[in-house]
Amino acid sequence: MQVVVFTRSTPDTAAKVEVGANGAVSWGDAALVVNPWDEYALEEAILQAKAGGGKATVIALGGELHNDALKHSLAMGLDEAIRIEDPALDPTDSLAYATAAAAAINKIGGVNLVICGKESVDVGTDQHIYQTARKLGWTMLSYVSKILAVDYAAGTIKVERLLEQGKQVVTSKLPAVISVMKDINEPRYPSFIGIRKASKAVIPVWSLGDLGLTLPAAHTKVAAYRNLPVRDTQVEMIEGTPEEQAAKLVDRLLQEKVL
Amino acid sequence: MSAVFVWIETFNGAALPTSWEALGAGKLLADKLSVPLTALVFGDGATAVAQTAGQYGAQNALVCEDATLKEFRLEAYAALLTKLVQEHTPRAVLAIATGRGRELLAASAADTNSGMIAEISSMEANDDGSVTAVRPVYAGKILSDAAIDAAGTQFITLRGRAFRPNTPDASASIAVTTVAPALSEDQIATKVESFEAETGTINLTDAAIIVSGGRGMANNPKDAPAGVADAAVWKAQDGYANTLQPLADVLGGAVGASRAAVDAGYIPYAHQVGQTGKTVAPDLYIACGISGAIQHQAGMRTSKVIVAINKDKESPIFKMARYGLVGDLYQIVPALTAELKKRLGK
Repeated sequence: MQVVVFTRSTPDTAAKVEVGANGAVSWGDAALVVNPWDEYALEEAILQAKAGGGKATVIALGGELHNDALKHSLAMGLDEAIRIEDPALDPTDSLAYATAAAAAINKIGGVNLVICGKESVDVGTDQHIYQTARKLGWTMLSYVSKILAVDYAAGTIKVERLLEQGKQVVTSKLPAVISVMKDINEPRYPSFIGIRKASKAVIPVWSLGDLGLTLPAAHTKVAAYRNLPVRDTQVEMIEGTPEEQAAKLVDRLLQEKVL
Repeated sequence: MSAVFVWIETFNGAALPTSWEALGAGKLLADKLSVPLTALVFGDGATAVAQTAGQYGAQNALVCEDATLKEFRLEAYAALLTKLVQEHTPRAVLAIATGRGRELLAASAADTNSGMIAEISSMEANDDGSVTAVRPVYAGKILSDAAIDAAGTQFITLRGRAFRPNTPDASASIAVTTVAPALSEDQIATKVESFEAETGTINLTDAAIIVSGGRGMANNPKDAPAGVADAAVWKAQDGYANTLQPLADVLGGAVGASRAAVDAGYIPYAHQVGQTGKTVAPDLYIACGISGAIQHQAGMRTSKVIVAINKDKESPIFKMARYGLVGDLYQIVPALTAELKKRLGK
């Protein structure tokens, strides 16, 4: 059996991200990290590949900066890493992402399970995950908080999903794409040996040609990035005894008409 | 029939209130394009929900109450939406960016090779039929102006609480058309085995008021009972249940939490607000014992009014708050609950 997991590099979660005068997005000298949601996906891929006696491959779509996330993944214990880059591929266009991701999964062959983190914080969306499943024509199980059973021989999977209204248990068929929640596991830290091994790894790069793809023109584009409007940061400190503070606060909130 | 489609999300046969915001946004777009506004309602109670959609501005509805659509299953819902998009070629399909709305529209956009913009907070329809929308990226730290061209159907999901519903008109009528499902039960591999509802809580992303607790919840002055494995966890859990929940109850709000509190085991993950939790935009956000790390800010910074209650006057949360109260949350919150009960006559 084979597991594929997708990841990407994103600025450190504590980084201050800004748009410069030239319109470019920057995060100063903050480090790149694995997209925070992907840590759980990577851990789950390692666990599932081990349990199923198979291999786990990690894929990133985009430029060289994503080698950071791939090397972190290898250091955690993923078996192989692949990066997909092509001048004609805009990974922020979700249809292009999904088409290339599906083609890569088909090229690897024999994949039973694809695992993704719930969303990518840089592009701020999860749409490419569901679209990858549709392009493959596979089952899509989102918001998975627990894999309860997988039977590769029978081609079945049973998971718990965390929905807005509660927890749902579903069964479905493999192959499947699943997106996992933070609750699913405790991601491991890369070992010292793992880091050394990963630092020497040469990560193969696949082009659209390698995938046998030509992509149609995108329907969407990012016209510009902007900094957030400056928040009215004029904080009013409310003092006094707890009872006085409470009474004054309620006065203000009634004036603000938010109650 | 070219139209603007709006998917009305239902749960247990009732519409999610935020769906009416989607009709509000849909009307802006339909009016600009001079096309009708069509509500799509699937599952139990769809016909009744469609009548209400008419009051909120939809002129037409396409409904399907087939048993295969009783629970939201992506395969069944996406196949039907894709079929309707192929048959009617609408100018746009809109939905609120709930868990289900995100995956349904993305799946159907992929099936029809259409463009999609997710989780927008505002939009403008241009004269050439293209749409420009604002959406947060990089964990809400910056904004992007995304554009979607006029060729084909535009799939757009909307942030909850970002668009206003139309004023309901009780005398409005709606033309309801029943459609057949796209898949039969034996074509749907996914079967729902069980469902366990979150008990008695208001959905965080729908809530107009959120009372959130952080690491400071462990400073509960109550003594943990003897034999409790972890006193800090007991104290915090008791605080959520007996200090924050009563305040949320009197305000009709929901209870949230910081990642630090969730990771420490004080409260389940479903309550987490922030970068690896939920993004919320309530009218009022009361942060109790939360320092306000940048990762937490990412999830609540678009709240209209932020109140911070914290012992440490240097906490970053005070830099983004409208009102700051320095002190012990275990004294201030009960006083606030009592004051609100008195003033709101509850």
